[in-house]
Amino acid sequence: MMASIISLRGVSKYFGHFRALDDVTLDVMAGETLVVIGPSGSGKSTLIRCINRLETHDAGDIVVDGFTVGDTRQLATIRAETGMVFQNFNLFPHMSVLRNVALGPVRVRGLSWVEAEARARKLLVRVGLEAHVAKYPTQLSGGQQQRVGIARALAMEPKVLLFDEPTSALDPEMVGEVLDVMQGLARTGVTMVVVTHEMGFARRVADRILFMCEGRIVEQGPPTTLFDTPQDPRLRGFLQAVLSH
Amino acid sequence: MGEGSTGNASFETIALMSIFDTFLNWSVFVESLPALLRGLWITVGLGLTSIVLGLAGGLLLVMLRLYGGLPMSPLAIGYIDVFRSVPVLVLLIVIYYALPFVGIRLSPFWAATTALSLVSAAYSAEILRAGIEGVPKGQFEAARAIGLSSIRQMTDIVLPQAVKLVIPPLTSNSINVMKDTALASVVAMPDLLKQATQAQALAANPTPLIGAAVIYVILLLPFVRSVGLLENRLNRRAR
Repeated sequence: MMASIISLRGVSKYFGHFRALDDVTLDVMAGETLVVIGPSGSGKSTLIRCINRLETHDAGDIVVDGFTVGDTRQLATIRAETGMVFQNFNLFPHMSVLRNVALGPVRVRGLSWVEAEARARKLLVRVGLEAHVAKYPTQLSGGQQQRVGIARALAMEPKVLLFDEPTSALDPEMVGEVLDVMQGLARTGVTMVVVTHEMGFARRVADRILFMCEGRIVEQGPPTTLFDTPQDPRLRGFLQAVLSH
Repeated sequence: MGEGSTGNASFETIALMSIFDTFLNWSVFVESLPALLRGLWITVGLGLTSIVLGLAGGLLLVMLRLYGGLPMSPLAIGYIDVFRSVPVLVLLIVIYYALPFVGIRLSPFWAATTALSLVSAAYSAEILRAGIEGVPKGQFEAARAIGLSSIRQMTDIVLPQAVKLVIPPLTSNSINVMKDTALASVVAMPDLLKQATQAQALAANPTPLIGAAVIYVILLLPFVRSVGLLENRLNRRAR
């Protein structure tokens, strides 16, 4: 029995009167690759943004690696232990690629710039960008920028990696290079929560898939079960819509 | 007709000569130049001190306004509004002539510096706010997501990008501060304008005033032009 590293109990989140998360209860096991799918507006992004408190939940409890999300004294620790990869990359445009990756370890983990840049270089080799360390984000393609985004998240050596639609802003020919890096990561044993519309990736890489609709977890299970024998009519409709084209 | 025309011409020549003698008198200018240059250094010193203090004050104000919460945020807004409404000259006279009644006696230099920086801080705060609000939300989120402290989010991520966005208006504001230093002459500050008016009185000739005006233009014109060039470049990049 693996331990749960992220635990949500009865979590709700409102935007005005709109209920983005509705009484969500979920455990993510250490080392698990969890893929979250669902129609837009179903609460997928809100779910992972509540985990590192980019959004504040209105009800329920979230615990990450034993730390309570919402306790301001533990916020810094939780953010350091959870890396996030954004849809729009959100690289720092005024810093070189190397600096983007090394900044967190220096400012948050207390490494020296020399140590942090050595770590950053290693990670940039791992995502295939060793030739671009001195460039600035705007000089890179979307796929390259997102791989820097992944290296930046990894540089903190987080226990949990959160991916918020990491390939949705990419040109189609660049999706593969980013998914390849993510697939490689899933094998290293880091816990990953991935919000994505890439069903092929979900099927190949996920240990478990979560289908969300209207702020609730409607159905979950291993990829084969979920894709081959979907139970809920909303999931069947969703799969039909995304797999038909 | 011909005689009249000759007479007019010589009259015009004489008039032109006297204009030169009156407004652009070289020997008066040379005589007053050392005083004007002494005034220039005081003007520059007063201007730079006020610009730096104004920027520091503006940064403090914008942080209080955006992140100070209650009661600091509304207080900062009140300060910014009041000091954008009060004329610098009025503020300067209040500081120099009214504060001594409550025992606060500032030298002309510090009275002028105080008035100029208090007002400049209010303008700087508004300019910096526009810059901070121009930084995409994703930048704040990425900074928070890697766990940077609030102060580090500002110093490492937000302010470098925000300041870059508002370099043209910040420069314009600094030019205004530099020009407003001339107001200090009313509290007997021996700045460029004061030196010029004194030299004018001494020589009974307005040439030093023209000289001072030219020196102000020479001092500030490069900055005025660079704001224009910078704005063009930023606009081109934005397109």
